[in-house]
This record gives sequence, C-alpha cells and structure tokens, in this order.
Amino acid sequence: MNERNDEQLRELLRRAMAPVAETDLKRDLWPAMQRKLDEPVIRVPWFDWALVALVAIWCLLFPDAVPGLLYHL
Amino acid sequence: MELLERFTRGDLEAFEILFRQFQNEVYGWIVRIVRDPGVAEDLTVETFWRIYRTHARFDPARRFGAWARRVATNVALDHLRHVRPEIEFVEFPEDLSQGPPPDPAVQQDIRERIERAFSQLPAKLQVAATLALIEEKPYEDIAEALGISVGTVKSRVFRAVRLLRKKLKRLGVEP
Repeated sequence: MNERNDEQLRELLRRAMAPVAETDLKRDLWPAMQRKLDEPVIRVPWFDWALVALVAIWCLLFPDAVPGLLYHL
Repeated sequence: MELLERFTRGDLEAFEILFRQFQNEVYGWIVRIVRDPGVAEDLTVETFWRIYRTHARFDPARRFGAWARRVATNVALDHLRHVRPEIEFVEFPEDLSQGPPPDPAVQQDIRERIERAFSQLPAKLQVAATLALIEEKPYEDIAEALGISVGTVKSRVFRAVRLLRKKLKRLGVEP
C-alpha cells in the first residue's frame, strides 16, 4: 500500500514540476570568472587566529567568566 | 593530460581552457538543482573559483568533469542550505518551464503547494529527489556527484518522498 502511495506521489511530483528545459548557458562566464579571480583575497592574520584560540581556551577553562566576556563585547 | 598537469601547477591559461570547456556542463548540472538560471550562473563561477583555489589537490589521472560536478553539487547544496528561509514561499521561475510544461491537469494551487513543500525538504534530500525524480538522472550519476553510494541516493530519495507526503498532507494535498 505504502509503495503504491509513494509511486502516486512520485507521479504527481513529475506532473507538477517539469524538468528544467533550458540547461545551456546563454553567455560566456569567463569575464565574470576573471573579475572573481582579480578580487583581493581577505586573509586573516595568524595573530587574529591565535587570539581567537586563546579566548576559546580561556572560555573552556573558566566557563564562569563567559557572561562577563559577553557583557564586554 | 598535459593540460590537467599544467592546471594542477596553477597555470591560469590551462584553467581558462578547462573553464571554457566545462562551464556549460557545470552550469547545466547546477541549474537542474537550483532551478534558477541567474543563481546557477553565479554558482558556476563560485564552483570554478573553488576549483581554482584547490588546483593543487586535483589528481590529473582523474576525470576533470566528474570532479567539477562534485564541487558544483557541493556549491549548490551550500546555496540551498543558506537560502532556505527565503525560498520557502517563492515559486520556481516561469522561464524554466519553456520546454516540457507541467501537466495542466495539475491545478496551479496544488502545484504551488507541492513546490513549497518540496523547497522545505532538507537540502540533501531535496537535491537527491530533484535529480532522481524530476530530472530523472541515473542514480549512478547522482551518487558520483554527491560522493555517496547508489544505495544512499536511493535511501535519500525514499526519505524525501516520505517527508514530502507528510508536508503535503499538512498543506491539504493528498496524492
């Protein structure tokens, strides 16, 4: 019974939502790709990562201090 | 082979050749998943951006197309996860149904409810169900693109159908 119901649902789905007909690109995307390649990459300095790690370790070691930390953010 | 080796060394010219060779294939795959041409174009660029950034990890002995499709599927999945709340009540664009139209016997109202319920499925299930049930892609292709087994694809499609039934029931549609 369930399998028949599933098949009915699949059929309804196929009838309600047609497959995408237009799957070809209408324009060359290389210019957009070049713009993306030329964008400056934002790099987070290692010092910032170290700071984040220290804060995380501190929060783990002293969980009672977390509300105080949040208050000062 | 030489082209792929040049690409793995970060040669931009080799990347451009590969981009031009595979952009249409990648776009075609993504648009089937996200069902929006504008978004699919952006995600195609994002896919190749990720491919370029990870060029050193590519094994030139493998098929570039299959790798690109895998990356494209992940990019499309990320997109579906992020836009989920916004697309919940948005219909799929009309210009996508230029080819075989949906069955006119299925009323507009019911179609909208089905689309809404479908867009609310978890992204992983939605992708598997879209490719298998709507686009009727072979399970092997879907499995390769998602990096999972054929059995897992079948299981996701099965779960999608079951979940969809529940959602449709809530929306007053019973097949």
